Amino acid sequence: MRALVPVLTVVAAILALWYLAAIWLNADWARDQAQRAGADLPFSELVSQTLSQERPKLPAPHQVAQEFHKLTWEEETEGRRGFVKSGSFSNRGLIHHALATLTATAFGFVIGSGFGILLAVGIVHNRAMDLSVMPWAIASQTVPIVAIAPMIIVVLNSVGVAGLIPKAIIAAYLSFFPVVVGMVKGLRSPDAMQTDLLRTWNASGFQALMRLRLPSSVPFLFASLKVGIAAALVGTIVAELPVGGAGLGTRLLAGSYYGQTIQIWATLIAAALLALLMVGAVGLVQRLTLKRMGFRA
Amino acid sequence: MKDTLSLAEPVIEAEGLNLIFQAADGPVQALRDVSLTIRKGEFVSFIGPSGCGKTTFLRCIAALEKPSSGRLTVNGLSPEAARQSRAYGYVFQAAGLYPWRTIAGNIRLPLEIMGFSRADQAERVQRVLELVDLQGFGKKFPWQLSGGMQQRASIARALAFDADILLMDEPFGALDEIVRDRLNEELLKLWAATGKTVGFVTHSIPEAVYLSTRIVVMSPRPGRITDVIESPFGRERPLEIRDSPEFLAIANRVREGLRAGHIDE
Repeated sequence: MRALVPVLTVVAAILALWYLAAIWLNADWARDQAQRAGADLPFSELVSQTLSQERPKLPAPHQVAQEFHKLTWEEETEGRRGFVKSGSFSNRGLIHHALATLTATAFGFVIGSGFGILLAVGIVHNRAMDLSVMPWAIASQTVPIVAIAPMIIVVLNSVGVAGLIPKAIIAAYLSFFPVVVGMVKGLRSPDAMQTDLLRTWNASGFQALMRLRLPSSVPFLFASLKVGIAAALVGTIVAELPVGGAGLGTRLLAGSYYGQTIQIWATLIAAALLALLMVGAVGLVQRLTLKRMGFRA
Repeated sequence: MKDTLSLAEPVIEAEGLNLIFQAADGPVQALRDVSLTIRKGEFVSFIGPSGCGKTTFLRCIAALEKPSSGRLTVNGLSPEAARQSRAYGYVFQAAGLYPWRTIAGNIRLPLEIMGFSRADQAERVQRVLELVDLQGFGKKFPWQLSGGMQQRASIARALAFDADILLMDEPFGALDEIVRDRLNEELLKLWAATGKTVGFVTHSIPEAVYLSTRIVVMSPRPGRITDVIESPFGRERPLEIRDSPEFLAIANRVREGLRAGHIDE
């Protein structure tokens, strides 16, 4: 309860700034319209017009909220292709597209983090990999994803791989990196005393990995997974931009073709909620796991 | 008592041991010409200021450091071979228990690594838990135990695979005086009950004199042995011996030895 006041204050401040920005950005068009009609435009009229345009430069929060509500609840309960009438989510609604994005993101995230963990184990145990892998991993992340994603999509499409897999690969491409960085640090986190102790028992490298290094790296892993899953979502959305079918990225591009700014913003809200949900899920698993493992989280 | 000990077979033999570290600002002689024989059943303490090589010597015995020159054998074997034959258990200053394992799970760790059978593991864990007076705590997690109990668990872990030698590097250094006194008493009982050979590094003069059959005084730069003091006390050592004139005489001699080492710097 004590956190409620500061949280609400921040939300109110953001909404206020948003409204001010919407008035400011949309005013030109409203004035233009008034001039052409030869009408007067008093300030109160200006404000109400800027907040109710059909294709504003920046939609007002209540417009976005209405659109979001329309594309989720109304579409599924009342729409012809909605869940209530057809038994499946409407392809005009956001839920259908969000689910497609969620699936590809989750799939890519699993591949990416698995690959990241394997790479980190290799880096920690093999000197050649230690010296050679990291520069490539860093280089891979400096390539702009918007440049490389369409190429991967097109190349895979030409060999007949389409749909979920190409999107998941882009998601994995972005999500493996934080996992590698975090896991290398985590696997190296046991101190000299711990490794000396294992040496006095003649433990093999594999035994040390399984019994000490991997368990010690779990707190680091979860911190990386949170970054990784958000990155995977960005990767999936970018990968969806150039292709048709379902997905929040596809919806974003369609919205921008037709200048449907309100729809774009509603889709962005859906993407943000999706990210919140996924990071929250990782956070929940993190809390339960670390508590169970006796780490002070 | 003294006589039977000096007749017992040698377990650790060091002769003319030198160890030189290459530090950033040139070589550092961590050990110079260290020669010492530790016999079966002895309790030998190493005392001296930091940098005197007492820990380094213990680490050499455990094959965690490699001497630059000289001869060192453990049970007649090289330190590496001795480690492979599970000759010693090592106890560090920090208990170093894994927070994700129970106390029993932590004690089982070396047994799993060494490949003991499951039934054997369980039986050994039970036995050493009793030995360090922690029966009933096997299912607890490390954070549920006090620092002193955690250190007892780490001693149990070192005892679990029946090593004849116990190497302890300031095991009670991080504990408060009262806990330390009690653990010293318990360690003596344990030593009497098991007949292990103990190498014990410490900063504390009373601790060294109370526990040891022999006290090795060392001094730094280069790390070397400056005095070896035989204790007149037998295996039975009630806490009261600490007020006896013999005890104070030995403590004094250790103090003199430490002071002498400091003066010739």
